[in-house]
Amino acid sequence: MQEYLAGKYDVVVVGAGHAGIEAALAAARLGVRTAVFTINLDWVGNLPCNPSIGGTAKGHLVREIDALGGEMGKAADACFIQSRMLNRGKGPAVHSLRAQIDRRAYAGRMKQTLEEQENLDLRQAELVDLRPKGEKWEVVTRLGAVYEAKAVVLATGTFLGGRIFVGEVSYEGGPDGMFAATQLSGAIRRLGITLRRFKTGTPARVHRRSVDLDRLEVQEGDDPVTPFSFETSHPGENRAVCHISWTNEKTKQVILENLHRSPLYSGKIEGVGPRYCPSIEDKIVRFSEKERHQLFIEPCGLHTEELYLQGMSSSLPEEVQLQFLRTIPGLERVQIMRTAYAIEYDCCDPQQLDATLECKKWPGLFGAGQFNGSSGYEEAAAQGLVAGINAARRVLGKEPFLLDRASSYIGTLIDDLVTKGCSDPYRMMTSRSEYRLVLRQDNADERLTPLGWEIGLISEERWKRFQEKQERKRQELRRVENTILPPTDALNALLVSHETSPVGTGVRLSDLLKRPQLNYEALAPVDRERPALPREIFEVCEVEIKYQGYIRRQMAQIEEMRRLEGKKLPPDLDYRTITGLRLEAQEKLNQVAPRSVGQASRISGVSPADVSVLLIWLAGKGENHGNHS
Amino acid sequence: MANSDRTIAAISTPQAAGGIGIVRISGTDARRVASRVFRPSGGKSIEEAKGYTALFGRVADGEGEFDEAVALVFSQPKSYTGEDVVELSCHGGLFLVKRLLAAVLRAGAQPAEPGEFTRRAFLNGKLSLTGAEAVMDLIGAQGKQAAAAALAAKDGALGRRIDAVKETILSLSAHLAAWVDYPEDDIPALEPQALERELAAVQGELDRLLAGFEQGRIIREGVETVLAGRPNVGKSTLMNLLSGCERSIVTDIPGTTRDVVEETVRLGDVVLRLADTAGLRETENPVEAAGVARTRERLKRAGLVLAVFDTSAPLSEEDRSLLQELKGSRAVAVLNKTDLPGRIEEEEIRAAVSQVVELSAATGQGYDALTKAVETALGTGEIDPAAGMLATERQKACALRAREGVGQAAEAIRAGMTLDAVSVALDDAAAALLELTGERVTDAVLDEVFARFCVGK
Repeated sequence: MQEYLAGKYDVVVVGAGHAGIEAALAAARLGVRTAVFTINLDWVGNLPCNPSIGGTAKGHLVREIDALGGEMGKAADACFIQSRMLNRGKGPAVHSLRAQIDRRAYAGRMKQTLEEQENLDLRQAELVDLRPKGEKWEVVTRLGAVYEAKAVVLATGTFLGGRIFVGEVSYEGGPDGMFAATQLSGAIRRLGITLRRFKTGTPARVHRRSVDLDRLEVQEGDDPVTPFSFETSHPGENRAVCHISWTNEKTKQVILENLHRSPLYSGKIEGVGPRYCPSIEDKIVRFSEKERHQLFIEPCGLHTEELYLQGMSSSLPEEVQLQFLRTIPGLERVQIMRTAYAIEYDCCDPQQLDATLECKKWPGLFGAGQFNGSSGYEEAAAQGLVAGINAARRVLGKEPFLLDRASSYIGTLIDDLVTKGCSDPYRMMTSRSEYRLVLRQDNADERLTPLGWEIGLISEERWKRFQEKQERKRQELRRVENTILPPTDALNALLVSHETSPVGTGVRLSDLLKRPQLNYEALAPVDRERPALPREIFEVCEVEIKYQGYIRRQMAQIEEMRRLEGKKLPPDLDYRTITGLRLEAQEKLNQVAPRSVGQASRISGVSPADVSVLLIWLAGKGENHGNHS
Repeated sequence: MANSDRTIAAISTPQAAGGIGIVRISGTDARRVASRVFRPSGGKSIEEAKGYTALFGRVADGEGEFDEAVALVFSQPKSYTGEDVVELSCHGGLFLVKRLLAAVLRAGAQPAEPGEFTRRAFLNGKLSLTGAEAVMDLIGAQGKQAAAAALAAKDGALGRRIDAVKETILSLSAHLAAWVDYPEDDIPALEPQALERELAAVQGELDRLLAGFEQGRIIREGVETVLAGRPNVGKSTLMNLLSGCERSIVTDIPGTTRDVVEETVRLGDVVLRLADTAGLRETENPVEAAGVARTRERLKRAGLVLAVFDTSAPLSEEDRSLLQELKGSRAVAVLNKTDLPGRIEEEEIRAAVSQVVELSAATGQGYDALTKAVETALGTGEIDPAAGMLATERQKACALRAREGVGQAAEAIRAGMTLDAVSVALDDAAAALLELTGERVTDAVLDEVFARFCVGK
């Protein structure tokens, strides 16, 4: 193939899925010349699985992406057709926003956003080679175009070495009927990067008129709608509903009778599937005592009759899929429009990456999203944003941008990936964060917008609005702390009506808010001087007052964690040369090459005694160089 | 973990009986912690004391004062570690020193990591660079020991008990995690009452484990035992019989044993930390009177009293006042000198003390009966070492932290807090127990979620 030099960029992003979009936008917005390549221009920001964004912990990620200046939250707000805040009543730490998305609208909006972005070129091409050239990189398209870049972000998703499985049929292919990237894996392996096979799957899409929705339970959206983006002041309205149905004994029977035809059970698929996202055949086999499994029927958009069947992911043969779906109430005469499939793809072991998402072996080469072993649109976008920021900062000669576990779910996600690695596709969950009472979706802006401003992804106007909001919040916290309500009959009647004890003396408004039975709404009749503030300010104040004790305890744990995080370890250290470390610790430390003693302490196989040894070694090194750090 | 803002404490004398035992406290809060345990005899408190000063006083825990002690106060940077340091020296019995350490830990210090004093000394520039490798080797070796100990704890009987508690906590944690992370899957909510019940059960088991730590200590480290009886009934001879050598000054002059003499002896399966005491005789002699007062004090505190009586003489007034003191304490009455004709009122003794043994300390006759009586009195015959017990202060600290977490979770439920607050406290508890057995928490909860719940799209 005849190659030709087609262009020079600062940053090249491979893939225009959720990771690639955020990476490309962040880099371009930070002022470096950026190109983003995709195999199919019509599906930039595709939602190849469920037509929704957010959900538990994922909703947190979207809020955090937005707080840092990313795009996903704004696009989701513009394209949602139904929105719900999940987990209300389970506590503020776990409130999570989830929205059904019009996927065509979303893809269109993202494409246009990329097209309109200054410093950014969007290009349809399959990349077949990736090679270092001095300090720089070269990527080569299938048609021989060579592009030069100072940094490359691999956001290849399921395209990389993609292979589709439906029953006994299997072929090379990407998501949603697109081509797979068949040659790039070879180029990555030539760089000495270890790749492995993960797999994921998606359920069938069916035609609306073949489903008896009238007979099914309806799930409505919230009123009022909470937006993802801190910048969306007027979220739209719900325009669609979802439906719920259940599998039954007959469904189970059909699946069990045909299990031998599943590529998963016949051993054709070698890739490791996500534990949190099992296929229906998996659920039936592993939880055989369960009589029925729930499924959600979700519209794919406003201008299509396609419905998505959440919970019914499968890689059984097409005719078996139809057979088992038709056992489900409401789906007796269902017509499949797209068949469910499993897809296997190449990804790297993320322990080969640094917390900047840069490959430790190859400076300037970044990974994001499914390439890093994660799964999910939101997880991908979060990593894309961090990879894009760091790629740009590398080009600009700036310090790397790092988020620690206590700053965000994004930081937790990245730390988990690069420190512990993952044995199956990694999904974010609230239980993964030990600091979840602090890392709430309501305060994502407070935690991250100052960082976004510092990096340069937050506009002056937004920064001003943010500061105003923080000031109003501080004032409100002061007000409830200083407002003392006299023990009037009216107050006590109100307290008793909320099943909490009356007061005999004056009482602080903040002390009343601490009571689990009370909240801002309940106290409105006695809180006469309350200023008119946006709902989200009252929400964040209420949470901080109510959970003050718990939040303080977590803050103390965070302080302790950050002390060790501040003890930096050299990246090229050979841990075999440090006496006193146990052999297992030496091996694990060499494998991960942690950035700090804090990160080292989270590697499995590194004991507290090993951590002590590292601290002493560090101190000794300081003495060597004549400085006590 | 190693952060230098923690105030740490450990026994810094060898873990064996010695003349004195020292508990060293180091860190910003060293003085505050020490002053919660140490009550100075003079006016000056530890918090006011200058560096390089010594204070005399008494040390106390929740049950009251339990020994005399000297506090040495060092101000940073002029101390071993370069931080504020207080060294509390008490009498050298292992039991006393351990009790002092426990008191110090309750007062806010945390158990020192292996080699942590030395590490801090190094980090604060108190040791030269050439010392660094030696220190790292030391910590490395101790780390290996600790790892081996953790493994033993994991596989042994203790491990099985901890596992049972851990399983319950993890399963509650996992249930909460699944319920929270998969709101759309049909995960049943945990009823607060059911949750409270399970937590109460876990708390009970942790309490039993912690209580067992004290009992286990009797077996491991011995029980503080006081030899009591009026002068010349043969206490010293008995001590010599038990220790197998001449220790106490054995004479016929009453009151020769003025100071407390200590000896560690093994009797059957139990180690006794024997203290020979002066008698309880009313006396004008001020030296002797002080000895008598100390004896009374010791009788009150002792884990076991061996009360010696002379069978060849009728009960004296002093014998009777001893019997009075013994009420309510764990005691064995030793009727000594059975080689001589008996004239004692045995019934009176049996009425006061349940374990009575006839013995000739001079010939050793009755030794086996004494062994049995001591085991019965201590209840050590009932302790099943195979049941698994917390063996070290570190394990105990982990168990305490776990109980604290479980307690906070229970309290959050009672206060009507949402379950996210409960789950965070439970994760803390699980983390403490996993640390005890050397595992990791977040993965454990998630593994449990996926093993038990059918979740996901």
